[in-house]
Amino acid sequence: MMMLLLLPHLVFSKTWRVSRQGPIASIQSAVNQAAAGDTILVEKGIYLEKGLLIGKPLFLKGLNMPVLDGEHKYEIVSIKSDGVTLEGFDFRNSGFSGWNDVAGIKIYDAKNVVIRSNRLENTFFGIYCQNAVHCTIINNTLHSNAADEIESGNGIHCWKCDSMQITGNTITGHRDGIYFEFVTHSLIEHNNSFNNVRYGLHFMFSHNDTYKNNVFNNNGSGVSVMFSHGVNMLGNTFERSQGGSAYGILMKEITDSHAEANHFSNNTCGIYMEGTTRIMVTGNTFDGNGWAMKIQASCSDNTITGNNFKGNTFDVATNGSLVLSRFSRNYWDKYEGYDLNRDGVGDIPYRPVSLYSMIAEKNPTTMMLFRSFIVSLLDKAEKMIPSMTPVDMKDDTPIMKPLTL
Amino acid sequence: MKKIIKYVVLDILRNRIVLAYTVFLFIISLSVFNLEDNAAKGLLSLLNIILIIVPLISIIFSTIYVYNSTEFIELLVSQPVKRTGLLLSIFTGLAISLLLAFLVGAGLPILIYSASGAGFMMIFVGLALTLVFVSLAVLASVITRDKAKGIGVAILLWFYFALIYDGIILFILFQFSDYPMEKVTIGFSALNPIDLGRIMILLKLDIAAMMGYTGAVFKDFFGGFWGILYALLVMLLWVFLPVWLTVRKFNRKDL
Repeated sequence: MMMLLLLPHLVFSKTWRVSRQGPIASIQSAVNQAAAGDTILVEKGIYLEKGLLIGKPLFLKGLNMPVLDGEHKYEIVSIKSDGVTLEGFDFRNSGFSGWNDVAGIKIYDAKNVVIRSNRLENTFFGIYCQNAVHCTIINNTLHSNAADEIESGNGIHCWKCDSMQITGNTITGHRDGIYFEFVTHSLIEHNNSFNNVRYGLHFMFSHNDTYKNNVFNNNGSGVSVMFSHGVNMLGNTFERSQGGSAYGILMKEITDSHAEANHFSNNTCGIYMEGTTRIMVTGNTFDGNGWAMKIQASCSDNTITGNNFKGNTFDVATNGSLVLSRFSRNYWDKYEGYDLNRDGVGDIPYRPVSLYSMIAEKNPTTMMLFRSFIVSLLDKAEKMIPSMTPVDMKDDTPIMKPLTL
Repeated sequence: MKKIIKYVVLDILRNRIVLAYTVFLFIISLSVFNLEDNAAKGLLSLLNIILIIVPLISIIFSTIYVYNSTEFIELLVSQPVKRTGLLLSIFTGLAISLLLAFLVGAGLPILIYSASGAGFMMIFVGLALTLVFVSLAVLASVITRDKAKGIGVAILLWFYFALIYDGIILFILFQFSDYPMEKVTIGFSALNPIDLGRIMILLKLDIAAMMGYTGAVFKDFFGGFWGILYALLVMLLWVFLPVWLTVRKFNRKDL
């Protein structure tokens, strides 16, 4: 039955061939001549389209990566129709603008667009989705050479979208690798975002989204998730976000979210939480970070359970004495307690906030004296009688052996 | 001069204290690396030993040694030997034997278990601190005639560099916490060889944490070639300044 329904489409759709030598030498003229549902095959070559506009549902496929050059002046492709598929092109040199978000590929108010296996080189914004629904951006490689935050655009930029799927892309050298603003019910999966100027992933006012199994490496300030609820962060790797305000994940004003099975290594700060509510942090590994977590006193009702904390300079830091989050059943490599009944759970609570992390939070210059003899003395004294560190910040059931995650 | 150095080194090796120091360092280093589950944590535990024990042993042993060789020094001074040469030979002899002790005692285990950038930096800092504290010891023992007083001065010097100085810095940093103190702390670190050594090691060990806030200032300053050169020069200054003062004092001293 389905086949029969599809049949007319298959029978009547036509295939157009574009080549530098051939009868149709420009993609735009093929697009203009084609009817909705047609296929356009583009042969290898360099095409200067001066702004390709696709206004009907078409399937565009590049054979052997034809190059679309924007000559540093134009938006290379503008998609203003539902159901467009763009596959196997090499987009180069988009225009640059201070007032207009010029992109390599821009989707305007469209549904069911697929951008697959393209290469974008030296674009201002890479793939820009504006008011798009049910679009798929898969296996693209985006590379630009952003030098600072002001004169650069984002890799994959989604604004006011729904049900997007962003999978298997490699993004580097942009301002933000992936940028989400007012995007709902979307999935970001298996992407690799590294060496971007600002954030690997930037998330604002975007609810009920999932990002999983991505790798964020060496971005200016890591990943930031702000003003959102219902965000799932699963199995991602956050590495080497280093600097004064660099975080593995910066969580600001987010609620009812879930961070599970992520790996944080060698970040200045693994997770930074500010004003977060009901966040579940479980099954994560924090390894070799400056601060594994910074939980500000403005956070409430967060649960941190079943995580591994290994080789971090400081485990947890906070900025006040109010603690409304719970720690339980984590493994802390700095735990010095004992387990008399051998049930695998330490008998005395672990206090993850050291005196010196409080001091360093208040007065950062004192990091100069970190690990000196006098500081060790102060830390030991504080462990005996807590005075500066928050009394309630503790894990009552620390696990003795590292958890297998 | 060579002869005197050789004599001093042999004399020190014969009295076995340095040998015991070597064995002690070796056992502690080995046990630290075997107790901790990863080499980086082992290095951290070793950090405090190197920053505290090495200066202490170097300064105390050297001070006592110089006092105990008073008669030997007097004898040699009556011979046609230049005073400067004599003192420098004693310093060199002491330095060679303690450096050897450190290299074998701590350097070898570090090389075996953690031959990384941090490991090499730790060996370098240990060697530099040994030299600095031998030279401070020689100064302490030449400026005071009384043995008890001299050893007291040596212990006080160690105490000052290992503990009191950091306390003062902590106090100053809190008193002036409203001012930008980042650059000043670099200056402070140069005034204490132990602090300088510790920061150099931390820049290798706790790099992630040091990249935040002030750490970034240290990283920018000490991270590059010029920073290393600067640290090296400051350490050398800490070795040569006391030696130079000692030589000046010793040349005029009425023995």
